[in-house]
Amino acid sequence: MAKLTMVEAINLALRQEMEKDPRVLLLGEDVGRNGGVFRVTQGLLDTFGETRVMDTPLSESAIVGVAIGMAVYGLRPVAEIQFEGFVYAAMEQLADHAGRIRTRSRGRYHCPLVVRLPYGGGIRAPEHHSDSNEAYFVHTPGIKVVVPSTPYESKGLFVAALRDPDPVIFMEPKKIYRSLREEVPEEEYLIPLGESRIVLEGTDITLITWGAMLQPTLQAAMLMEKSGTSAEVLDLRTLSPLDTESMIESVKKTHRAVVVHEAPATCGVGAEIVARINEKALVHLEAPVERVTGFDTVMPLPKLEKYYLPSAERVVDAVNRVISF
Amino acid sequence: MLDQAKRKAMLRQMILIRAFEEKLEELYQRKAMFGSTHSYRGQEAIAVGVCSALQATDLIASYHRGTGHLIAKGADLYTLLCECMGRADGYSKGRGGKMHMGDLAFGFLGNTGTVGGTVPTATGAALAAKVRGSKEVVVSFFGDGAANQGVVHEAMNMAGVWKLPVIYVCENNQYAMTVSLEKSTAVKQLSVRGQAYGFEGKTIDGNDVEAVCEATQAAAAKGRGSGGATFLECVTYRWDGHFGGDPGTGYRSKEEVEAWKQKCPIKKLKEKLIQEGHLTEQEFAKMSADVYAELDEVAKRAEAAPLPKKEVDLSGVYAVTEVADG
Repeated sequence: MAKLTMVEAINLALRQEMEKDPRVLLLGEDVGRNGGVFRVTQGLLDTFGETRVMDTPLSESAIVGVAIGMAVYGLRPVAEIQFEGFVYAAMEQLADHAGRIRTRSRGRYHCPLVVRLPYGGGIRAPEHHSDSNEAYFVHTPGIKVVVPSTPYESKGLFVAALRDPDPVIFMEPKKIYRSLREEVPEEEYLIPLGESRIVLEGTDITLITWGAMLQPTLQAAMLMEKSGTSAEVLDLRTLSPLDTESMIESVKKTHRAVVVHEAPATCGVGAEIVARINEKALVHLEAPVERVTGFDTVMPLPKLEKYYLPSAERVVDAVNRVISF
Repeated sequence: MLDQAKRKAMLRQMILIRAFEEKLEELYQRKAMFGSTHSYRGQEAIAVGVCSALQATDLIASYHRGTGHLIAKGADLYTLLCECMGRADGYSKGRGGKMHMGDLAFGFLGNTGTVGGTVPTATGAALAAKVRGSKEVVVSFFGDGAANQGVVHEAMNMAGVWKLPVIYVCENNQYAMTVSLEKSTAVKQLSVRGQAYGFEGKTIDGNDVEAVCEATQAAAAKGRGSGGATFLECVTYRWDGHFGGDPGTGYRSKEEVEAWKQKCPIKKLKEKLIQEGHLTEQEFAKMSADVYAELDEVAKRAEAAPLPKKEVDLSGVYAVTEVADG
């Protein structure tokens, strides 16, 4: 089995789905000839032609808006927004339209649209190329949010997202686009949306995370193991819908939890997770749930990027506070 | 030249739209309608002229002042009125109101309260038709206010680049709420913008239903023949205020409103038909009375229709099951 990066795994998923389903087409800035800034769509123009791989003008709002029209009218568009910092221009189309097509028609029609959104810090890029803005979309009814954490995960989740009848924001963690390789099957497999996975089983504390932050969280778990603390690591995979049940089950077992995400803390998805744990498992907790997050400011220039992003050390510190509470 | 039966049908439909708007106003004033009204009185020729030039499989996308478009495209009056009145039998089961509906069964892509928001939806549907090689034409209705939204510019540029079968019908009713075109827009004729996107732009009399119909027929034929998009600026006037609570007097003179009422689209066609000997005053009076009576009946039924249950209904937010393929 081939060992692929996440870029290659998503490219493979796109290619296979486009071969299977003539309704699937791509549009976005530089997705054609250039193969996308991160090369996720590389080679697809040559195979599928300009009708199915469309280089668009620099018009984020209309990229999403036109994709909505195509989705409503029977196609399966995949729109790429080049960097997550550019998606704010399309928020009106996402929040006011994509997320409301079903309610507006009371389920008479769907909006099977995927917006691919490279996101997050850690690639020494400027601030508008480093945001972790998942909370905006999680907060928006009618939209699903998926964040893969490895190459294998990205292929299975992408196929599921593409075949889902609802609009899905597929957030691709740039930091691990090429830094990880793992075996990715050629064969079709789907990872259902809304189901988290336990990456590491443990008994003393639950570490909840997603996307690029899985790596420092796993490193933290290894460090803790050396000092005798057994951590259970939960990769959420899908942030909307959120797999509350699995989180609660794990917390009931370990009685402690830390949430790790790179977005700013205030009203981040971690806040929602803490609220749900409090609502459903407060009496099982031995200590308040902590969050290890980015800071309530824009991403600094690369020199300070590592300081901004959660590290294994920061996770270990938080765990120690929670354990010794 | 349109045949006489079609001209009379267009006249009747304009009366129906006006009667519908007046009914909404009446319901709004006695608080029998939820949300708000955005009267289409004075602009009826555009909805009727455009939609009567379309085929049943063609599509439209609309905006907040959109009930006229829906009626002209073939919406069911009872279902439409129920939705305006927040009744369970409405297009959105009484939970969306008159600005938030959608039903592809009659080629209606949806409307919205965010100005300009559905222009890319229409553009995308036209792109879908092109990709599939089907021959539908899509009409995007919007107003002079929406013409200044960024996303409208973005979408029209795409339609120009990709030669999409879309007709941008800009209903220039002179005011974006209270601000006049003169104060908000640097050009006098919005149709010149077509040139900026590489397709034809035309300014026509939006109160002349026949002129609107003929211009749309030409644009639709062009779209179906892979000739690309058209920008039709239909010059008209909103008789009433922006919405039910706006008397429409604070930002325009009585004389101005009165002068436009003299250019009434219904009056214009009616007088033409009478002059040409195709209609009598009596026939017109009967046509009008019939339409108002029909609408009264529909309104009675709608008022008796059940309200939605008082429950949080999340069923429409996400699809429960996978959509059947194919």
